[in-house]
Amino acid sequence: MNVGLPHFLTVAAVLFCLGLYAVMSRRNAVGILMGVELMLNAANLNFVAFSRYVQHGIDGQIMAAFVIVLAAAEAAVALAIVLAMFRNFGTVHADTVQSLKR
Amino acid sequence: MTGDLIFILLALLTVVPAVWVVSSRNIVHAGFGLLFTLFGAAGLYAYMGADFIAVTQLMVYIGGVLVLILFTVMMTRVPSGGRRTHGLDRYVPAGVFAALVFGVLYKTITSVEWGGSEQPAMPTIAEIGTNFMTSYIFPFEYVSLVLLAALIGAAILIRERRDEQPADGENGTAEREVQQ
Repeated sequence: MNVGLPHFLTVAAVLFCLGLYAVMSRRNAVGILMGVELMLNAANLNFVAFSRYVQHGIDGQIMAAFVIVLAAAEAAVALAIVLAMFRNFGTVHADTVQSLKR
Repeated sequence: MTGDLIFILLALLTVVPAVWVVSSRNIVHAGFGLLFTLFGAAGLYAYMGADFIAVTQLMVYIGGVLVLILFTVMMTRVPSGGRRTHGLDRYVPAGVFAALVFGVLYKTITSVEWGGSEQPAMPTIAEIGTNFMTSYIFPFEYVSLVLLAALIGAAILIRERRDEQPADGENGTAEREVQQ
């Protein structure tokens, strides 16, 4: 076996589909956020893999750095919303809350 | 040969805990599974010669995002424990859809002739820094603005609103008593 681009793409596809499954099946809002993080990591793996095996530059890695920064911002805002939801409604289940304020 | 073995180990370290993340009933266990998954992904970045991305992954994801997630999980525990009485109506459609998406992706990955060759590994930090300060200067500044705005927004979202307490004072305390 010679490790190449398809192997990394397969790992990323598995990660993406696991994240998709978590987003669709979890009720806990933090669990949904974990699924989103898995999907973002899969996208990042693809960026870095294509940058190494096809494009031969640094652009894919720079895009991966941007994705990491935006994922951090997204996690901060999403967890703040989860905390506000828990304070206002006493639950973190995404299917029981229908408004963001009391 | 050793490289293949390392890749297989890193891929397993990434994928196996990810299965745990999506399937564990206990959300704390899922968070700790995410720790190993993110660590494995950092290893895969390092395997591909992306040293800066690997270290950034370790610092931002494991040092920041994961700690944030675990704190949120611990601050929002409902003491009654998870209800175990729900049917398969959420799991089956999600599983089928995710499997279909994986089928399409895998078919694409195996059928396309990707071409290209492996880039020799080299240090990337200097080149990334140069690019951030030259051709990517505007996205770099924009993303820092977005991060600042998101963090200020998060702080505003979760701050205690003491100044608005008198306005809805009775209503709020009454509802809180009802909840208790």
